[in-house]
Amino acid sequence: MPPNDQIIIEVDGLTVGYGERVVLREVNFRVRRGEVFMILGGSGSGKSTLLKNMIGLYPAVAGRILIGGRDIVSATGTARQEILRAFGVMYQGGALFGSLSLEGNVSLPLEEWTRLPAGARTLLARLKLQQVGLGDFAGYLPSEISGGMQKRAAVARAMALDPGILFLDEPSAGLDPITSAELDDLIRSLSRNLGITFVVATHEMASVYAIGDRVIMLENGSIVAEGDPVQLRDHPPNDYVRAFFRREPQKARAA
Amino acid sequence: MISGDASSQSATLRVERGAGEIVLSFVGRLDDPAVAACWTRALAEVRRPPGPVTVDCSDVDYCGGAGLALLIALEAAAKERGAALTLKNLAPRFRALYDAVDRAKLEKPLAPEHPDQGWIARLGRATSDQGLEWKSQTEFVGEVSAGVVALAARPRKLRLREWWLIADKSGTNALPIVALISFLTGMIIAFQASIPMKQFGVDIFVVNLVALAMVRELGPIMTAIIFAGRSGSAFAAEIGTMKVNEEVAALTTMGLNPVRFLAVPRVLVGLAVTPVLTLYSMAMGVAGGVAVMLLRGFPLAALFNQLENSVRTQDVMAGFIKSFVFGAVVAGVGCLRGLQTGAGASAVGDATTKAVVTGIFCVVVIDAIFAVIYYRLNF
Repeated sequence: MPPNDQIIIEVDGLTVGYGERVVLREVNFRVRRGEVFMILGGSGSGKSTLLKNMIGLYPAVAGRILIGGRDIVSATGTARQEILRAFGVMYQGGALFGSLSLEGNVSLPLEEWTRLPAGARTLLARLKLQQVGLGDFAGYLPSEISGGMQKRAAVARAMALDPGILFLDEPSAGLDPITSAELDDLIRSLSRNLGITFVVATHEMASVYAIGDRVIMLENGSIVAEGDPVQLRDHPPNDYVRAFFRREPQKARAA
Repeated sequence: MISGDASSQSATLRVERGAGEIVLSFVGRLDDPAVAACWTRALAEVRRPPGPVTVDCSDVDYCGGAGLALLIALEAAAKERGAALTLKNLAPRFRALYDAVDRAKLEKPLAPEHPDQGWIARLGRATSDQGLEWKSQTEFVGEVSAGVVALAARPRKLRLREWWLIADKSGTNALPIVALISFLTGMIIAFQASIPMKQFGVDIFVVNLVALAMVRELGPIMTAIIFAGRSGSAFAAEIGTMKVNEEVAALTTMGLNPVRFLAVPRVLVGLAVTPVLTLYSMAMGVAGGVAVMLLRGFPLAALFNQLENSVRTQDVMAGFIKSFVFGAVVAGVGCLRGLQTGAGASAVGDATTKAVVTGIFCVVVIDAIFAVIYYRLNF
């Protein structure tokens, strides 16, 4: 275990369910500052639910999620707002506001949360768009650019307030391999240059090897493996992990 | 602290104006509160001549996006008045970000080119759009009519369970609101009319007035407007969302005609439900008028006598016949607007608005046409 000040997210005994159905069962893990942490798992394994719990969208049945030492599960009011400000989220489809230009999308959180003058907000929004490679498209509407560009713009919006953590939900979903690789490059460079911690939910193995420092793998709401992606591939601790990394169909799967 | 590594204070700005030189030093974290606080002052200092500018960042331990924007803005301001700007001692990892900025691209307008076309082109486009709109409306009417006829030939094609669900939502669930509005309208008319009519001693005829108004005009119109607001809008929103989700496209590629599949059942619901609601509305409106007259001391028998003598079967029929047309048109307009939905979240809202507005507009116009026809026919 690294020293405590390097732990930026701590998930402790997290249990989540909808009605009778338990989606996450006693999940525990830690994310270190500055790493690219990936949540792996098949469809329906609970990775989206886990991510949505970590960003405070879903309520937990039991457990704690500490972000920068503060529990997002129990926080309310201003304390909660403070925690929310510390991270940015890129949603699966981008979730850009269709009526605003890219620049407008990026400067929206700046308008709400900072006292920067209008000129500063515009300049900052353009800088952020440039950092994700969209410097030429600041005035475009989301509908006028491609899906991959929309995702990069969503990353720019998530970074608007200089968060220490970025949560990405399926960044490569619906993208071609080249665009997907470009997005991986972007994540790598942001992680190196800006020291941002990434938490990525995905099932795209190529990007797991390309950018993942550490992964956890979920199956049926529990963590079945944790560690370095290459090591998990070469020494899988169980059949499910082997099947997942080698893309084998699993006949004896319970669900 | 989550962002950055240092937990120092927000940066402060120190300005020294020496002999022909300006030195700006920042001390602390260059985060957004710090930048917001010193943005205007720092820019003003750089813009004020004379001499080159030095920005000293020796004591900056964190430089966020806002800090970067400030440094870039200062550089641009210095350049504007022809002075040089030297950036000193910015930590390498922030310096790399600063150097990576493409200055030229920050100044361009950056919007896609939408050339202005001049009024002739705009007029032509508007005319052609309107023509296309009429064309699509005509096509839609034709397709729905063909669909209804085809369904009449093979009634088993109607998905009865779904139809019943829609009819239940737009019919049964509308009963309370129709009752409330009609009853109150009947009461209000009776109240307002009875005051002046009493001066002439003819206030017993208030019942005739309320009954004829409700049965011939207000019942059908108000029901149609409620139907447009409750169900026409719902049809547009439902079909519009399906369009946005590509469900309508899925129907088309499966070889199913979206008009027959989505619009025809709803138009049939309109045809079936609106007349019933209209009869209910007429009864409720008359009941409202009668209630007021009872409160004003008229005996029930006298009121019924008045009703019997004034309202003929053909008056009820006049309202009843109209309601079929209203129901079909309002439901059809809702479906048409839904199918015309464009892309994006606001498109569904636009479709819903248009469905209600066009629906009410059509109802009023059709009512006027019916008034003329009934007058000519002496109906």
